[in-house]
Formats: sequence, structure tokens, C-alpha cells
Amino acid sequence: MSESLRDMFFAECEDLLDALSEGLARMGEGTQDGETVNAIFRAVHSIKGAAGAFGLEAIVGFAHSYETVLDRVRSGELEPDAETLRTIIRSSDVLSDLVDAARNDRDDTPEAMGPLLEALTALSAASAHAAPARPAGEAAVFEPMAAMPIAILPIEGQEARFAIDFTPERSLFDNGHDPARLLKALGALGRLDLLCDTAAIPVLGTFDPEEPFLSWRMVLEGDIAEGEIRNVFSFVEGLCRLSVIRLDDDAPAPFDVCAEAPRIAAEEAKPDPVPVPPMPGPDDPGEPGATAARSTPSASAPPPSAAPPAGANSAARPTLRVDPERVDRLINTVGELIINQAVISQRLAALGAEPNSEIMGDLDDYRHLARDIQEGVMAIRAQPVKPLFQRMGRIIREASEALGKDVVMVTEGEGTEVDKTVVERLADPLTHMVRNAVDHGIESIADRRAAGKPDQGTVRLLAAHRSGHVHIEISDDGGGLHRERIFQTAVDKGLIPPDAKLTESEIDNLLFLPGFSTASKISKLSGRGVGMDVVKTAITSLGGRVTIASRPGAGSTFSITLPLTLAVLDGMIVTVAGQTMVLPLHSILETIRPNTRDVRPLGAEGHVLSIRGSYVPIISLAHVLGLSDEPFDPQSCIFVLIRTEGSSPVSLAVDSISDQRQVVIKSLEGNYGTIPGISAATILGDGKIALIVDTDTVVVLAAQNPSIQMFRNKDESHEHLAALG
Amino acid sequence: MSTSPRWDESEIIEFVSLVAGGQSYCLEITQIREIRRWSSVTPLPYSERSVLGVMNLRGAVIPIIDLSEKLSLGPTDPTERHVIIVVANKDRTIGLLVDSVSEILTVKGEAIRETPNVKGESSIKAISGLLSIEEEMSRVIDLGALLPGHQDEAA
Amino acid sequence: MTVAILAIDDSRTIREMVSRTLTGAGFDVTTANDGAEGVEAFATRRFDAVVTDINMPRLDGFGVIEAIRGGDTNRRVPILVLTTESGPALKDRARKAGATGWIVKPFEDRAFVDVLNRVTGRD
Repeated sequence: MSESLRDMFFAECEDLLDALSEGLARMGEGTQDGETVNAIFRAVHSIKGAAGAFGLEAIVGFAHSYETVLDRVRSGELEPDAETLRTIIRSSDVLSDLVDAARNDRDDTPEAMGPLLEALTALSAASAHAAPARPAGEAAVFEPMAAMPIAILPIEGQEARFAIDFTPERSLFDNGHDPARLLKALGALGRLDLLCDTAAIPVLGTFDPEEPFLSWRMVLEGDIAEGEIRNVFSFVEGLCRLSVIRLDDDAPAPFDVCAEAPRIAAEEAKPDPVPVPPMPGPDDPGEPGATAARSTPSASAPPPSAAPPAGANSAARPTLRVDPERVDRLINTVGELIINQAVISQRLAALGAEPNSEIMGDLDDYRHLARDIQEGVMAIRAQPVKPLFQRMGRIIREASEALGKDVVMVTEGEGTEVDKTVVERLADPLTHMVRNAVDHGIESIADRRAAGKPDQGTVRLLAAHRSGHVHIEISDDGGGLHRERIFQTAVDKGLIPPDAKLTESEIDNLLFLPGFSTASKISKLSGRGVGMDVVKTAITSLGGRVTIASRPGAGSTFSITLPLTLAVLDGMIVTVAGQTMVLPLHSILETIRPNTRDVRPLGAEGHVLSIRGSYVPIISLAHVLGLSDEPFDPQSCIFVLIRTEGSSPVSLAVDSISDQRQVVIKSLEGNYGTIPGISAATILGDGKIALIVDTDTVVVLAAQNPSIQMFRNKDESHEHLAALG
Repeated sequence: MSTSPRWDESEIIEFVSLVAGGQSYCLEITQIREIRRWSSVTPLPYSERSVLGVMNLRGAVIPIIDLSEKLSLGPTDPTERHVIIVVANKDRTIGLLVDSVSEILTVKGEAIRETPNVKGESSIKAISGLLSIEEEMSRVIDLGALLPGHQDEAA
Repeated sequence: MTVAILAIDDSRTIREMVSRTLTGAGFDVTTANDGAEGVEAFATRRFDAVVTDINMPRLDGFGVIEAIRGGDTNRRVPILVLTTESGPALKDRARKAGATGWIVKPFEDRAFVDVLNRVTGRD
């Protein structure tokens, strides 16, 4: 299936816009070099070129004004001051919006476009008055092209005769023209009689094969306009002597026909006796020989040694473009392979194979190989977070501008590679968090001054690989979370009782409760009807976790931990109310088979587990998930101690634990939808489906419904949850 | 009674007729991916009563819905003899549990009658037309109305 | 006889567009992603014409023309410049650099093929 050109265009625009914002970020930091500006210019230029091919006039028009200014910067004619730089950066946002609008077939224009166009025009017009620092470059001239410059004009039946004299100059051959082809094109216009004048050919001894000696005199007859003839010669204007004269109808032909083939000077003019400096090696376009070899030096041409400086990472790295569907299919197949390994392993164990027998050893090798393949396939999908971070730069710019704050973005570890899907699905939650950081985190300039901080606030984005996970941090140097206010909001919204005793971390985590951030204290920016609970849901659905750390007066840090891949999960296989389920290993602290006296009732229906002197609440997984109608009997259970969003762990009661292994994650969302307490499903060795428990939401579900008995009636519980959502 | 406006009068449509909750229904053949025997499913927490659970269809996890319950005709107690019709509805693949599947019907659009309005019956929204087959009446299921897709829910 | 064209453009979309148009018209098309790659490709076989973009990384279109015209193999091959702009200054500069002709993007398929037929002498 071939990608449509349109899709290809928009995919390319994405890449170019990424390259653009990358270059602009460097300019912003002041770490650019000559190639940076070149790359920026080219990105805009390429978008314009391809957009033109699709008739996207709005993009072409804007990109043209944009590019004109960039060209001036590139040529050193315009030294960008802070204001110019701001215009250039904001233009990239508008260009991105225009591309977006075109992709969605909208023709609305971004609000900022009008003023920016004026600013760009002013910046490019400045050159018109200043001394022309360089000959009019190609970018300074722009005619919206309807079609080819060599359009063939339609002619109404007008019989005409023309006398044409044509004498090629040497430059005509140098530019790759062949008189024979021109004559053939003339012949195609009408009846052509021609005479080749060979009189100028010298004696052999003085013959210079590089010099043309032939000329042609022709008569062309037919329904022809002079323009058509001129058209044929349009490319060779200035490379030959040409005269085209319309003859009167009765005028005699000016010569007799000569049928000699007029090719002598064109291609047979070899060998080449003129010493020509060696062509620069293809790998080394910067070799000085390239300049020396120029037949017609032109002042305006840039030196061909435009190779990027060493270390410029914009240099093309050979890459392979693969249809993502193919990679996904491969990932799925590898997933099946791992399941298949589990099946075989189970079967062999059932047949009585010893764990350390030879066949089990072979199977272990098989498992290692499968994992290796899996890692390799996953690596294909890995992408650096850089473009994502760059997009956040724009969010910060816009947000700080709208709020009258001065905020700079600092990034770290932007080369960290993450699964493509993760990068894509992180965009929304990250946008929200970054906006929040600018809006609620960074104080107003006045407040910052009062606190003895610099006017400019900083939002820091960090990405890193840590112990098999991807770690992403969004931190600000703002005022930190207002715990009293958060607590009060949660009480006002009925999320917690007014007398609740919460640790600082537990208060911070109230932000993630569904229904916490609703209309009342939403500013125009962070609002948009989504709260941090949506952020949390998005990250949880990626198999990740998000936590907050905050210090009053010093700022807040949101930490996101994500699995390296979305396709597999290290899980613990448990049985809950007769059903096989999977608990994600990363959330498990330990498993406990308690003594009778370690389990104590607390309140009417609650229980706590005593571990090493502290008491941990017990949650019956079967009851929270509405899988059991039986009264909860903690004595027959095994407990899995899990970490939670806040600090204190919780113990989940399950019937039994059977295994610990990697499972392939199958989304439920595609065909069904989200399920409270469940993040996804997997297919076990026996072909049955097991649900993967979302431990964080299970804790929230249990916390919101202290009496887990409420979940006994299936339908009632459903309604209850719907009300919560 | 007028013909159903959903199909052109001259259009030839193929239906698969089935029985759910003791009543005769039919589904457009183009919506059906495959038909298989009932096998046990994994129940889902917090699901509607009509959602029996999920099953593994060649590596994909698909929800199984009790058609009778969904049409308010009461729950089905699934056994080996029951049948699952796997249908594609917009962006989702879903299995429908039915009593049995009987035959393929080829009808002209003009033979499909419009569903009359019956007071107090909300489940007939999912019936897009009626067909007469040898004295019997078969109800044409409107999958889109029966199972809203992601977009419908978001709206 | 098939006519071989080398198309050089750093835009994937334009490359694909040129390639589809010309392949559809029966040309044998080789593409290159930038000037340096183009010059490299040019050395590997005989081409009947080159179509090149101007603004490209590593080596721009003028550089390509100069490298080919200044080289010693097939240096009189027709080279068409495929550009967005069509100002007389550009045309003049391209001509001085040794371009055979220029084509303005967006191009019309038929006209594009006609031009290539013309410069390669293909019937």
C-alpha cells in the first residue's frame, strides 16, 4: 500500500517543523552556528515548496514572508535582536498552525498571523532601503506560479512561415543543451526545412572539439506563433545567437535544404583535451577544487563548500522509513512468540520435565532469544523525546506570554528514547502539566521579586532512563503547592472529610483525584475542563506512575515513571475469586503469607495487616472489583504489599499467587473501553484472558468506598462509579 | 406500511438470520466477521449486565455481549450450543451471544418494512426494519444504535 | 531504450512526486536526498538528465551543477533546476552555473514530462 502524497507531505511537515523548532531553540540559547540558520531556512523553504505543490496558498504565502526574513538572517544581512528572534519563533508557531489547519482541511487563519506578517514584512522590507548587501537572491523574488514558465500557447489556425537563424555558443553545450533536440522540438511545431552551415569548421590541425562551429538556417511553416518558437529556445537564451523573422507568404525560402545531421559538435566532441581540475570527491564537497572547476564563476553563488561543520547533528543519518503497521505486526508476533514459550513451558512442566533438565534449559535459551528479538523490535519504535520537549517550549512561550510572566524552558536528556506511542500519548498530559507549571507554579513577576527570586522563572523538563524505566520530570522554581488551599478544596468538594489527617505527600496527591480541579479555580489557561486526574489517567493507561514533590517557596516537581515499552509488562500472576489476574511487578513491594494474628479488624468491615510494627490497610481485590459476593475472609488470603501514590503502602488480598513472568499487554480500550481498576488484559499460555490490575485506581476505589461491601451488587456499583467519573 | 428508508428499493441485501431471547433477528452479512461456538469468557468488573466478559479471538481481546439481555429480553445462560457472532461495528470488534444462527436471506430493499413506533419500547431503537419470512417476522438489527462507538460516546 | 533521470531533492514529498510522475511516463528514475548524495549517485551510472532542487543540505543545487559540469564524466548532461521561485535573478544565476533549464514547483505533470522529453531527446 503506497502512502498517499498528501500524507507524506504532512509527515514531512512534522519532521521539518521539528527541525525548525530545534534550530530555533538553539538560536534562542545562542548556541547556533551557520548551519543552524541554514537548516531553519531550508525547513521553511521545503514546507513552502511542497505546500505549493498541493496548492496550499496560505502556507506558501506565509512561509514566503517568513523565509525572506530568514534568508536575510542567513546572509548576515539581518542581525536578529531579541524582538526579531521573538517574531521568528512565533512565526514557526503560526506556520505549524497553518500546516495543522491544512491537514484538517480547515481554512481558518491563526489569529497571530496578521500582526506577524506585518512584522515579517517590516523585517524584510528593511533591506529594500538599506544598501543591497547581496545581489537579489532567489528568495527575494516570488511570483506565485500558476504553471510552468514554458507554457505552450494555443494558436488558432494561422498558417505562418518563419526564418530562423541559430548559432549555438560554447556555453550552450556547457549547459547540457543539444542543438539536435532543439531542432527536433522545432520540427514538432510544423514543417521544418533546414540548412547546416559548416563553413566555420577549421582544418583538422586547429580543431578545438570544445568549440562549436556549426550554425543553422531554417524555415519553419505551420500553425505557429512566434512565441512558440521563442519558447523552444527559452532555455538557451543568451547561450546562442538567434533570430526569428516572420516571412511574408510569398517570400522565397532563403536557402536550400541541407539534410546533414547537425550533431557533430554535441556529443561526439570527445575526448576532452582541455585540462579540467579533478571533480571533488562526492564525500568531500568542500574540496577547494570544486570552486576552481567552476566554468562561470558567479559572485552571488555560495561556495559549494556548504558542507555542515563537523558535529552538526542535522547532517543526514542514513535512515529507513518503515510503515509503522509493519513494526506493530512484528511486535505482536514477537508477543505471541513469548506467549508461545510460556505455553510450551507449562506443557513440559505438566509432562513432568524437571526445571533443570536439558529441555528446560533449551527452552530458557528460547526465551532469551525471544526477549532479544523483542528488544530489537522495540528499539525500532523508540524515538527521542526531543520533539516532544520542543513542543512544550511553545506551550511555555504561549502560556507565559498570555499570563505576562517571563518563563524559560530548560531541558535535559532530550535524547532519551521512548516508545513512539508513549511519546505520542505523553503530549497531552505533558502539555497540561507544563501549562500548570507556568500558570500555577511560577509566581507573578511581582511575587518573585518580593521573594527575592529572579524575574525569569524556569520550567525544567528532564528525561532519563532509570532502572528499566523512563523517567520524566517537570519541575518549576515557583512557589510550590499551597497545601492548605488544596486540602480545603478537597474538603469543599467532598473528596475528603474535614477532619482527615493527611501527610504532606497525601495532600499533594489530592490533586490527582477525579473531580478535584473543576470550574471554580480554573484560569483561562490550565482550565479547559481537564484536571490532573486526566493527566494521571493518561499516564496510568501507559502503565506509568506520576508523583509530586513540592517545597513551599522553592517549587514543585512532577515525576513520571513509564515502562520502556507498552507491549510487555513484568507481572505477578494471581488468583482472585477464582479468576486469574496480573499485578504489575513494578508496584509490588513484597508478598506476605500472614499469621492469623497479623490480621486485625478495624471498624465494622475494615481490616489492617500488621507488618514489622506498622499497620497497613487491607483491600480485598475481589470485593473492590465486584467479583465476589462472599463475605471477606482475610484469614484465607495471601497479601501483596503495593506502593501507592502517597507514601504509605497498602496490602491487596488475593486467593493465591502462581507465577511471576512477562505478559504481553492487550488493550481493552479499542474494543471495549476503560474499566475502573483494570489497565489492560493479557492472554495466558492456555489462551484464556487475564485482566491486568491497575493498583493505583484500586486503592483510590477502595479509599472512596470505605465499605467495600458496596460493591457486592454489580449494577449498583456500576452506577456508583459512573457518578464518580 | 412503508418501506424502510435505510435501503434503496432495488438494492439487494444479504442478511444472516438468528435467534436471540427466543425472537427472530437478522444482521447484515457485511457486518459479520465470523461465527463461532460459545466458550468461557473472562468477566469484566463494573460492566453492564449484558457484557458477559472478554474472550481471546486469535490474539485480540474482544468483549462478548448477550444480545438478548442487551435487547431487554432477559439474560441468556450460555452453553456449548450457543453461538457467538463476531461483528465489526465502526472501530470495534465485538462478539454477540445468540441462541442460534439459521440461514442467509437475500432480500430486496423494498421488502424491508419500516419499524413502527411501539409505545414504551426503547429497545426498538436498535431495530432498523422488519422482514417477513414465511409467516415469520425477522427484526433487522441496527448495530450502530445497539452499540455506540467511541466517537458516539465522546460526543 | 529507457531514459535515466536523476532527481535530487531534500523534500521527500517532492522527490516522491517527481518520481511518480516520471516513472509513470516511462522514465527510469533514481532519487537522491541532497546534493552530496546526488553527486555521488551521478558518478555511479550514466544519466540522461538530472533534475535538482536548489536549497538542500550538504550541497545545494548550484553546487550539484558545478560538480557535474566541472567533472569529467557526462558533464554535458541536461540539468533542470526544480525551484519554487522563478525570478529572473535565479534563472540568470542558474544559467550561469550551467543549468540547462528550470521548472517551477508546483509543476504540471504533462508539462514536466514534455520538458524532460525535450531535453533528453526522447520521443
